[in-house]
This record gives sequence, C-alpha cells and structure tokens, in this order.
Amino acid sequence: MSEPVWTWAALVGLGAFHGINPAMGWLFAVALGLQEKRAGAVFAALVPLGLGHALSVAFVVVALALLVPVVRPDILNIAAALLLVGLGIWRLTARHRARVGMRVGFGGLTWWSFLMATGHGAGAMLLPVLLRMKMGEAGHGAYHGGHFANADDLEMALLAVGVHTAAMLAVAGGVAFAVFRWVGVAFLRRGWINLDLVWACALILAGLGSVAARL
Amino acid sequence: MPSWKPDPTFYTSPRMAMQAPPEKLGYVAIFNVAGKKPDAMGVVDLDPKSSTYGTLVGRTEMPNTGDELHHFSWNACSSALCPYAPHPHVERRYLVVPGIRSSRIHILDVKADPHQPKLVKVIEPGDLAKRAGYSRPHTLHCGPEGIYGSALGAPSGEGPGGIFLMDHNDFGVLGQWEMDRGPQRLAYDFAWHLGHDTQITSEWGTPNMIEDGVVPELLLGGKYGHALHVWDLRRRKHVQSIDLGAEHQMVLELRQARDPTKTYGFVGVVVSTKDLTGSVWLWHKEKNGSYAVRKVIEIPPEPAEPDQLPPLLKGFKAVPPIITDINLSLDDRFLYVSCWATGELRQYDVSDPLKPKHVGSVHIGGIVRRTPHPKSGKVNGGPQMVELSRDGRRIYFTNSLYKAWDEQFYPEGIKGWMVKVDVDPKGGMKLDPNFFLETVAGERPHQIRLQGGDSSSDTYCYP
Repeated sequence: MSEPVWTWAALVGLGAFHGINPAMGWLFAVALGLQEKRAGAVFAALVPLGLGHALSVAFVVVALALLVPVVRPDILNIAAALLLVGLGIWRLTARHRARVGMRVGFGGLTWWSFLMATGHGAGAMLLPVLLRMKMGEAGHGAYHGGHFANADDLEMALLAVGVHTAAMLAVAGGVAFAVFRWVGVAFLRRGWINLDLVWACALILAGLGSVAARL
Repeated sequence: MPSWKPDPTFYTSPRMAMQAPPEKLGYVAIFNVAGKKPDAMGVVDLDPKSSTYGTLVGRTEMPNTGDELHHFSWNACSSALCPYAPHPHVERRYLVVPGIRSSRIHILDVKADPHQPKLVKVIEPGDLAKRAGYSRPHTLHCGPEGIYGSALGAPSGEGPGGIFLMDHNDFGVLGQWEMDRGPQRLAYDFAWHLGHDTQITSEWGTPNMIEDGVVPELLLGGKYGHALHVWDLRRRKHVQSIDLGAEHQMVLELRQARDPTKTYGFVGVVVSTKDLTGSVWLWHKEKNGSYAVRKVIEIPPEPAEPDQLPPLLKGFKAVPPIITDINLSLDDRFLYVSCWATGELRQYDVSDPLKPKHVGSVHIGGIVRRTPHPKSGKVNGGPQMVELSRDGRRIYFTNSLYKAWDEQFYPEGIKGWMVKVDVDPKGGMKLDPNFFLETVAGERPHQIRLQGGDSSSDTYCYP
C-alpha cells in the first residue's frame, strides 16, 4: 500500500458514513429480522446488502481505473466535480421508489442495495479520494498516456472497494444489531435525522472541494 | 422542503401509534345534497376541554359544485418509514380529497392553519382519465412510495375499476397500478399486508351500476361485487380471486391486521340476498400460500311492518343491518361494525380472529327505531363511516352513505350528524352525551380523519 494513510482513512470514513445511513440497508436488515423474529435474518441480510453496495462502488472505481490512463487528469477532475455537484442537486429532489418489498430474496436485496447505492451516488462520493490516489501515481510519472490501466491499478481499485465496503458493513451491521437487539426501531421517530440531506450536501461539497483542491 | 427529523406523527409500529396523544381536531367530508352549493371539508373540535368541543370550528369549501366528497387520506403517513423506500422526512400535511361524483381530486394543506385547510391544487378528472384510465376515485391510502387510490370504473362509467398511483410530493397522477389484473373488473377498497407484499381488493359496482341508486334487479341477480382479490404488491399482478358466493352482495370495507407480520383481515359484506343478513368475513393465508375466507360474523335482519319501511324494503317486511363500514383497533383486538339501516354500531373482541365475541353495542338512528342521541330527539340515518382514535379509546362516526343510496333507505332525507363514542379498554362502549354535531340543512357528512392519524389512515412496516 503505497497510498498515504489518509486516503485509506477517508475510504473507511466514507464507508462508515454510508453504513450509518438507513437508506443504505441497515434498517432493511432490522425490518427483516423483526418480520422473521430472529437475529439471524438481520445478519443474513447484510451479505447481499454489502454485495450490492460493493458492486455499485466497484462500477465507479473500475471505470475510473480504466479512464485514468486515457483521460487527462484535469479533465477527469472537472468531470468528477460536475458529476458530484449534479448528483447532489438531484438527490435534493429525488423521488422515492419501491423496487422491492419485504419478501425479498438474496438477489432482490443485492439489486436493491446496488440501486440505492448507485442512485445515491455512493461510488461517486469516493471520487475525490480515488482521484488523489490516481493523481498521486500520475505525479510519480505513472500516467500511462493512452494505455489501459495495468494490473496494479485494478488491484488497488478493488482493494479500495473492499476497504470501503468492509467499513460500511461493519457500521451497518453494528447499528442493525444494536437496533434489533437493544434500541428498537421506535427510536427512529426522533433519531432518524435527514441523512439524505447531509448526503446531498456531502456530494456537492465533495465536488466543490475536489475542484478547490486543484486550484 | 424536507424536514430534519421524521414527522412526529409517523410511528414505526401500530403498537407505538397507540401511545400517540389524543387527537384535538378531526376532518370530516361534507357534501351538499342538492349539488347547488360547493361541498366542504369540515374541521371538528375534538378537545373535550375546549369550549367549542364537538362543533365545527373550520370549513373549507371546494371550488366547484357536485363533487360529492366521500373518502380521503393523508399525503404521507407511517408507511414512509418502510425500509425499502425510506423517506420519513416528508410531512403529514396535505389531505387528498376526491369527489366520488365529479372525479376531481382536491389537495388541502392543513399546516399553516389546521382549522382552515387551504386548497393548494386540484387534479381534474381528465388528468386521472388520461393518465390512469380511471374515474370515480374512492378510497385513498398513503403508501410506502406514494399515494394509492381506488377508482370504481373507467370514464365511460363501465369497468374495470382499479388502483391508481399519485406522487406524494407534487400529487401528479402517475398512472394505473395494475400490470396484470387477471379477471378483476369491479373495485372498491384495498388493503395491504406490507410484511408480505400482498394487497387485497374488494368489489362494489361500476359507476353505471351505482350512480342512480341500488338497482334491485342487479342486487337480486347477484350482479354487485361478491369477491375478494389477492395481488402481488410488488409485481402488481393479480394472483387469486376468492368468491364469497353471489348472494353475498357488495363486499366492501377491508381492514387488514395492523401487525404487518400477520396475514389475515376482515371484510364487511353489505347484505345477503338469501336471508337479508349482513356479515363480516375473515380472510387468512393458508399453509399452501393461498388465501381463504370464512364468515365469522352474521347479523340478522330485524322484522318490521311494511308501513315503517321504504319502498325498496317493503316486500321483505324486515330491515337488513346493511353493513357499510368496519374498523379495527391498532392492537388488532376490537372490530367495529356499522349496521347502517338498523341503527347500531357493534363492537367485537377479535383477539381470536376466527371467533369474534360481540362485547358492545351503541344504538342511534335506524330506519325503524330512529333511536335518539342524548342531545337530540329521534334521528335518522345510522352509524356509517366509523373512525377510531389511535389509542382505541374514542370512536367517531357519521350517518350518510352515498347520496343516491341515502334516498332509497331514508327517503325522507337524511339529516346529517356526527357523534362520538367512548370505549372501555376492556370492552364495551357508550355514546358521549355531550357530542352531537349536526350539519346544516342540505348537507351530509361522510368520512372522518383525525389530526395526526387514526386507526385506518396509516399502514406499518414493523411489528
């Protein structure tokens, strides 16, 4: 791991931020546990929830790994910033859809988690961090100038997905079990602050911040 | 604008909702019988400590005439907490109020002044017809991802009736809900088992079968609705029809178990053409995954002299109960049954849903008895749209059914009223002697919704 510690810490931190949002799945896991009246159902749900989240983030990370060698860093940076700000503004007005219901299997839950992560721009939110990782390489002369990404880049990309998702799952799983076993969903009536609003602002700030960092 | 914390009137489970504070205001749909003046949303003071308790303290008139306001719902409720479409930061703020005759849907904002709802939007019948192919909107419920409404038929007045979806932010009609309606043609009410992705719908008649009053030939021929339909709520697909038998005419109000893990519910049947009884049936899921029904309550007709009866009933020499509404408490313990023609509201203990126990009755009105309220002389009409507070301690009901049908059962013209009943938590109930609200002459009340929610307004995703 040649990346500075802060990049890994940022990936973990964003994983925790995603994990704590009920819209990323911990609440679904709790609901399934309550429906079936057993803690096992809570944990069983975390597997597809994590998988769907990882797939969504991997989509962005791999796309970036493929783009870095062929697109000029400054253009990539601006495109990422525009994407983030656009997503943030869209999240402020997004409609709520139900793509699955309570009788959901492994595939359905994976799909739901993938869609929720993608629709919320979970992977995109990592772009400022990932770009710094890639930009760092470019700074060392690793900008491949028209060649496809090499195996090291992809490996690093997948490691980033793994670290982020592990952090997301650790937090989501911890919250889900605590709510299922001790806290109870009633606390949501007061405690469920509007994380979607925080999320939208985080996307916009990440976009603006990544531009500012380059100025 | 989304809020920072969930709307305080959203509850994760029905048991939590029972701890909600008592309601201070109620909203009641009021229609103008002659259709010459606009219908209105009335605001009723329900705070016993208030000097205006039991009276209308606000009123918002509709912009047109002839709507016949009937049922209505909130824009959002506890189902917004459902885990698969979580969006608890909308507000329970708007009443969605259709006219069953005009097919116009009104949006009233109650936030700025709960006593004076403000009309903010009208969805014209053409919009509903164009986007969903439906007309005569009836029941509405705030669902996990939007507002669901049932409609009695197509704009032509024929079938099929069904369900349409509305956006809970801008109230646009999103379209017809059904992907595959199978054999379903008649529509009325709908209910959800959210924990099982299941929807149940019931049957009345198409607009052409009901708008000029009950048609005796259709009734005696068993042509009004007599079936339930089971749907896959996610795939929007019809999965099962359950025929109660053609003599069981008009399968109307559905009240599913409030606990979302349960798979049973109750449906009221207006009348049996065989013996004039009214009945309540239990639907329940069987081990093989399909649903079955069984009659669990039967209420007999009451003998009467022909000269006491309206022309429609003279030949029968009896008053059928005419079960037009039912309601279920949030702990799934008490079921309330309106017997509109005999003038009785019954309370059943349904702790064992297969064996309801009749534990209480309130008498008021009725075709023959005209039982008075402590604050009135003899009254007509009978217990009809019944609403129950979230804690299960207070019942409110009104006495008008549907304009064209009112005249057939109470030809002298129903004088509108709304009353309140106090419930003993152990079972049993009695009329509140201080609550008797009469509508002004020429107007009649229909559905009631309570501020912050009531026993039939919300659906829950957590047990």
